[in-house]
Amino acid sequence: MLRELFNSENSVLYHVGKFVMWQKEIYKKPENWSMYYKEIVRQMYDIGIGSLTIVMIISLFIGAVTAVQFSYQLSGGLIPEYYIGYVVRDMTIIELAATITCLVLAGKVGSNMAAEIGGMRQKEHIDAMEVMGVNTSAYIIMPKIIAAIIVIPLLVSLSAIVGIMGGYLASIATGSVTEADYIKGLRSFFVPYNVLMMYVKAFVFAFILTSVSCYQGYFVKGGSIELGEASTRAVVYSDILILVADFIIALVLTS
Amino acid sequence: MIRVEKIHKSFGEQEVLKGIDFTFETGKTNLIIGKSGAGKTVLLKLLVGLMKPTKGKVWYDKLDFVNLSKEELQSLRMDVGMLFQGNALFDSLTVEENIRFPLDMFSKKMSIDEKQERVNTCLAKVELEGVNHKYPSEISGGMQKRVGIARAIVLNPKYLFCDEPNSGLDPKTAITIDELISNITKEFNITTVINTHDMNSVMEIGENICLLHQGKLAWQGSKEAVLDSSNETLTDFIFASPFLKKLRNAAAG
Ligand SMILES: Nc1ncnc2c1ncn2[C@@H]1O[C@H](COP(=O)(O)OP(=O)(O)O)[C@@H](O)[C@H]1O
Ligand SMILES: [Mg+2]
Repeated sequence: MLRELFNSENSVLYHVGKFVMWQKEIYKKPENWSMYYKEIVRQMYDIGIGSLTIVMIISLFIGAVTAVQFSYQLSGGLIPEYYIGYVVRDMTIIELAATITCLVLAGKVGSNMAAEIGGMRQKEHIDAMEVMGVNTSAYIIMPKIIAAIIVIPLLVSLSAIVGIMGGYLASIATGSVTEADYIKGLRSFFVPYNVLMMYVKAFVFAFILTSVSCYQGYFVKGGSIELGEASTRAVVYSDILILVADFIIALVLTS
Repeated sequence: MIRVEKIHKSFGEQEVLKGIDFTFETGKTNLIIGKSGAGKTVLLKLLVGLMKPTKGKVWYDKLDFVNLSKEELQSLRMDVGMLFQGNALFDSLTVEENIRFPLDMFSKKMSIDEKQERVNTCLAKVELEGVNHKYPSEISGGMQKRVGIARAIVLNPKYLFCDEPNSGLDPKTAITIDELISNITKEFNITTVINTHDMNSVMEIGENICLLHQGKLAWQGSKEAVLDSSNETLTDFIFASPFLKKLRNAAAG
């Protein structure tokens, strides 16, 4: 029974075990640093520049929606209006910037990585490198993970800034709060620790979405149908694990 | 020389190879032949270590291949070149970058000029010119095979493996690819193992042939021995085409 759980390819535990064992293969000494370095730069460019527009658009709207809805909840109440700036800032930094950005990136970057690596598996590119003597787990995966944990926190910072700007624009446009009040709100009750929390999340989510997606691609079998499924699984599993991690980080870092 | 001993390979219930003994000889074009699904690719993957045998041994000269340490395997890898059935050229790299890839990865001490020279030598060996900066998708299937061969020999291997080198090629191009592989084998005195189900290849370059049938070694010998053999599996395989069968019957009658 227990053996079933660990050996059957349909069991979650089987994949958890395989995933963990696989991590040991990834963080090996590179055959040649300059080849890895080139690959890291290429990946940073792909992830960073490739996702800039979508991250900005989404963050702008998330900030705007937060501001509008909070002002709706405030209307007629006792809470001063400048709180809008404060709430948008904290909502973005503590939760929205990291979580929304990474959920979106799981859909964009994660599915892309799974499809790319899965394609390399199916077209025997990975086998070809193995026969040459390349440690493919390291050469193909490690640069992606390193690039992601550098670039994604940067994207998350950008998302926080744009989100706060989105809140500002929406508040001014709807006239729910004056410019001076919004800025007053932004400057009130600031807790630097929250920024740390944002970066912890960004870092962890970046690792989850790349390593889970790469796993789905690297071990793909069969043909184009399986490749599509792997790419979907990459997004679904990354999203779920990001939210689970979000919950755990929230529990641990706010206790 | 590579030797397999009592090699078995199963996937779950399915037993693909059921105990095969064979010696692939140095300086010769060794052929693994058999129908589609006979297990040729599986045997080749066992030889290069992309799969592990369920039972049995693989010897590279005196090295026990299946039980090599990581370091020994790594150094043996430098002596192995392989041409894949679908070529496995990296599509984001140009022809030149594809061939240079093993050098970039492993020949850290080589200067850029030396690498370039080596790449050009290999391209000349496979008789390709003026495609250095094209991408694999921009050249023909025959040319892709040549690039695959050039990449396989760029580190001066002692062992060369080719999985169906002429599948998907017209007969004329197929023959030139066969000749190319055969010439390289002779020139560098390497151990070449070729998977094929192509009759022309068997009769052109079959110096040491291993016929797989239902997971067993059904026949072995050279191309000269093929026509004299009365082995039924072999004649069935060789004269599979109705046209050849007719010619044969006509010759016999
Ligand atoms: N990775 C694998 N998993 C399961 N079965 C496999 C695998 N690779 C090959 N087989 C099976 O082994 C048999 C031989 O395949 P193969 O060696 O590819 O034949 P061929 O002689 O045409 O190259 C086939 O029946 C195939 O289904
Ligand atoms: Mg095959």
